[in-house]
Amino acid sequence: MTLLDFARGPALQLSLVILIAGSLWRLVGTILLNARKDLSRPRHKSALADGMKAIATRSLPAHVFEKRIRFQHFSGYAWHIALFVSVLFFAPHILFFESVLGFGWPGLPNGIILATAAITIAILVALLIRRASHPVQRLISNADDYISIVLVIVPLVTGILAFAHVGGRYETLLAVHLLSVEAMFVWFPFGKLMHAALTFPSRFQAGSSFGRKGVRA
Amino acid sequence: MRKDQSLGEYLFAQGVSRRGFLKFCSATASLMALPPSMVGRVAAALESARRPSVIWLSFQECTGCTESLTRSHAPTVESLIFDAISLDYHHTLQAAAGFAAEEAREAAMQENSGKYLLVVDGSIPMGNPAYSTFAGISNLDMLKETAANAAAIIAVGTCAAFGGIPHANPNPTGAVSVSDIIKDKPIINVSGCPPIPVVITGVLAHFLTFGSIPDLDELGRPKAFFGQNIHDRCYRRPFYERGQFAKTFDDEGARLGWCLYELGCKGPTTYNACATLKWNEGTSFPIGSGHGCIGCSEPDFWDKGSFYRPISAGLWGSREALLGAAAAGAAIGIGSALAARSRKKKAAAEEAKSS
Repeated sequence: MTLLDFARGPALQLSLVILIAGSLWRLVGTILLNARKDLSRPRHKSALADGMKAIATRSLPAHVFEKRIRFQHFSGYAWHIALFVSVLFFAPHILFFESVLGFGWPGLPNGIILATAAITIAILVALLIRRASHPVQRLISNADDYISIVLVIVPLVTGILAFAHVGGRYETLLAVHLLSVEAMFVWFPFGKLMHAALTFPSRFQAGSSFGRKGVRA
Repeated sequence: MRKDQSLGEYLFAQGVSRRGFLKFCSATASLMALPPSMVGRVAAALESARRPSVIWLSFQECTGCTESLTRSHAPTVESLIFDAISLDYHHTLQAAAGFAAEEAREAAMQENSGKYLLVVDGSIPMGNPAYSTFAGISNLDMLKETAANAAAIIAVGTCAAFGGIPHANPNPTGAVSVSDIIKDKPIINVSGCPPIPVVITGVLAHFLTFGSIPDLDELGRPKAFFGQNIHDRCYRRPFYERGQFAKTFDDEGARLGWCLYELGCKGPTTYNACATLKWNEGTSFPIGSGHGCIGCSEPDFWDKGSFYRPISAGLWGSREALLGAAAAGAAIGIGSALAARSRKKKAAAEEAKSS
């Protein structure tokens, strides 16, 4: 079995099993923890509307901090969007998703994907340096933050190398790219990458809970 | 051709002009990635070369490799070069059979001991010697005996080079490649299913010219022919760069000659000279005919999933495993939530009790 066969076969299968089982474990476990009866009378009628509203309002920078977190906030948006474009609209990626999900969608030209991947890497590296050098950020960061960021940067770098055929044979670069993605899959449920699944449910929960108590969120 | 006749004498007697011969030498030199200054040496060596004895053994194979060689270039100078070696034993092409044929092989081995070239096509069954025999001799015994005094071995075709189709899962005959058995002789793997004819003649020309085997890659294949992947030399590569792919074999993209990556083309992971040398005297190659590369010159190409499965798609057993993982994850989640709730309840009860 070659490295590429291993990466496309058993390693992919195992990493996806860990990703799916681990994510659902945390998600279902967290959601069910909350399922208890609240006997107080709600201040607001619609907990659902309050929850949805919080998802929207918390996606914008909080007014009082706006000036101080502008760079952090918008660079975060920029790299997330660029990452999603790179991951979801590169033709070989769509073929991968099709093999897992059973359906695909139209892709974008490789030049655009290359640009979005490069933007993502550049911003992530800048944010990583900032995290490591900024006194406050350094204080509130732990190993999980660094591991999570590096595990997102590495697949992007290996992906560009595989695409450009730089640094090795295509099958080796593709295998390394796949293995780096699989490492991210395995880490995903157990580290801060899990925010991808928890962000919106937790915002909703906070919004609906505050709404019920009559607190503006 | 008489055995004492040189290759040059034979070719000129056959009506090949000196100009035609030098053109072939130039082409061969460039195929082998030699500098132009080496053309003279190639010509001199080929012209004066005594035809070497070649013993061709066919084991578990489909004769496609021999077909490729004999059919593809009957009147060209390459075929004359091929005629000009002394093919002393070839199961398919020789008139003799059985014990008479074996006598010819033994005579050639004795007469040219240590100097003959051994060409093998087909894999060797290790499961049961009776799976493939000639005159009661098993493939394994014949290979070992014939390889013992050979100058070098050329494993022609993916079966001889890597085990090929017989080696494919579940490998019922226990098929192995030549290099799995012979460890003490130089082996040149000319893989492909079948290999490009001019690659064989190129390797023979190299051997005749330099008396040595060419530079090989890590899989024992001549770098001059197997040094680059099909994708890097493919004329459809610009469409890959632009993200223009044929989705089916008869859609607009297919008619416009767009990239076949999405249809499972293995060009990016396949090392061969198809895109440059092409087939049928340089006419075309599979991608030129609208079908993706199936990766036939790579080891275990039969066991890498469907020929039509894109390289970037996963190679796993089933989607059910993922659904099972989802169910298991959800069940563990429910279990852990229930356990947490019961702990909480217990703690609350204990607190109430103590207060």
